[in-house]
Amino acid sequence: MTTLTGNLSTPTRPLAEAEDVRPTRRRLGPGEPIRFGGLIGIVALLAAWVVGSATGVIDPRTLTEPWTVLQTARDLVESGRLQESLVTSGIRAALGLGLGVLVGTVLALVSGLSRIGESFIDGPIQVKRSIPTLALIPLLILWLGIGEPMKVITIALAVFVPIYIHTHNGLRTIEGRYAELAETLGVTRHEFVRHVVLPGAMPGFLLGLRFAVTSSLLALVVVEVINATSGIGHMITLASNYGQTDIIVVGLVVYALLGVTADAGVRLIERKALSWRRTLAS
Amino acid sequence: MASYAGELSSQEDRAVRVTSLHRSFNRAGGVLNGLDLEIAPGEFVALLGRSGSGKSTLLRALAGLDRGVAGTGVIEVPDKVSVVFQDSRLLPWKRLLDNVTLGLRAGDAADRGRQALAEVGLAGREKAWPHELSGGEQQRASLARSLVRDPQLLLADEPFGALDALTRIRMHTLLRKLCEVHRPAVLLVTHDVDEAIVLADRVIVLDGGVVRHDARVELDGRRSQADPAFARLRARLLTELGVEDDHDAPGRHLDRAVERAAS
Repeated sequence: MTTLTGNLSTPTRPLAEAEDVRPTRRRLGPGEPIRFGGLIGIVALLAAWVVGSATGVIDPRTLTEPWTVLQTARDLVESGRLQESLVTSGIRAALGLGLGVLVGTVLALVSGLSRIGESFIDGPIQVKRSIPTLALIPLLILWLGIGEPMKVITIALAVFVPIYIHTHNGLRTIEGRYAELAETLGVTRHEFVRHVVLPGAMPGFLLGLRFAVTSSLLALVVVEVINATSGIGHMITLASNYGQTDIIVVGLVVYALLGVTADAGVRLIERKALSWRRTLAS
Repeated sequence: MASYAGELSSQEDRAVRVTSLHRSFNRAGGVLNGLDLEIAPGEFVALLGRSGSGKSTLLRALAGLDRGVAGTGVIEVPDKVSVVFQDSRLLPWKRLLDNVTLGLRAGDAADRGRQALAEVGLAGREKAWPHELSGGEQQRASLARSLVRDPQLLLADEPFGALDALTRIRMHTLLRKLCEVHRPAVLLVTHDVDEAIVLADRVIVLDGGVVRHDARVELDGRRSQADPAFARLRARLLTELGVEDDHDAPGRHLDRAVERAAS
């Protein structure tokens, strides 16, 4: 037996001069992925900005030079204004997001687990969905003033809709056969919700969360630009009045970082919470 | 209610009693038309029938899963009933052990779950995700999930239907062994006549919503398809199922092949 396998394995060993003749077809798919391919476009844009500013193609009054933006950022950090604005904006977004996620999840559970709940909740939310949250701002200002509560609630209103829609959809698309199984195992309603419904709705909820994070930042920018006395948006609005494009660009970069960080956070949660699916996708 | 005392005493000698069971999904006609069936404790009954004969309807009725289906009749089943489905129905978001012990409230649930997994040959896989298992392993895990509940009645709806032929043979051996240890009454729905004869103490053929044929399998020891008694029973069951079987007549096959080649 051993001699047999020994004999068999020798000719299959790859040799340096071994021939490799095979029929090939023209590739139609996009081919092998490029390493760090996602960064190439960003780097190219930054390079265009640097070159454009250095050669004078880009007027500094239209868009400040990158080195000036860096300098401004350093000054803003040193004076403490940037951190202060970032903390204010971050707390606003986090409060609104947290409130919206909580409300959206609870409503989705009530509506997804009982027909009565669905009858009462689903209709109004579908109507709310067709009204852009930002159109509600005038009414919210009349009701709540222009202080923090108005801002947080505007963000929460923008957030809870995607959370509700996707969690509810996740709940309703849990396969009936799992409910049937739970019935034959004699589990209680509480155990059913905990072991079957919540984990089953998790993919939908996390998808909703990713949309919700984007919505929360959009709402944040709007409420801060409209009327605020603090925060990144306020900083940008002031700079706009004085034509300080460098500060505006710094503010935009901070918004971008907020968005990217939040999205990365959600994706991290997704990887942890859906580890049972990860190997399926990969 | 009046016959309550009678029912109590009768529970000693039968695990399942079904009396004149009717079920229908629409007005046109019933799927089950006055079916009567009794299964003794520890008895292994295989249920054969063409598709649409009401096999699965009967099984779902016994499992209490046919809410909303119109019908009448009396079904008496034990308290502890487990169901094995054709798909393993493991929750993809729970590891194997948690799947097996789902809904168990005893303090030693984890230990019993581990023991059940070992019994079906999955010791050491407690922490695996269901999708990491092969189809046969998944079905073994679902057997473990059923047996860990010490069922008095095991209902199995074509549990090996989706498995390949070799895995199926291995599962037959495993199921026989498990049933000898745990001694539940078993009702196995299958469309595989050989599977029915290999596993069951009794084979029932369902047709038109009633029991058409009820045969005790009188084969001792290892049940081999080479046994002439096996072949006779098989032929009889196939006839009851309305299938003409010329598989075992190679001569006729050959003749026909020759004829076809000649023409």
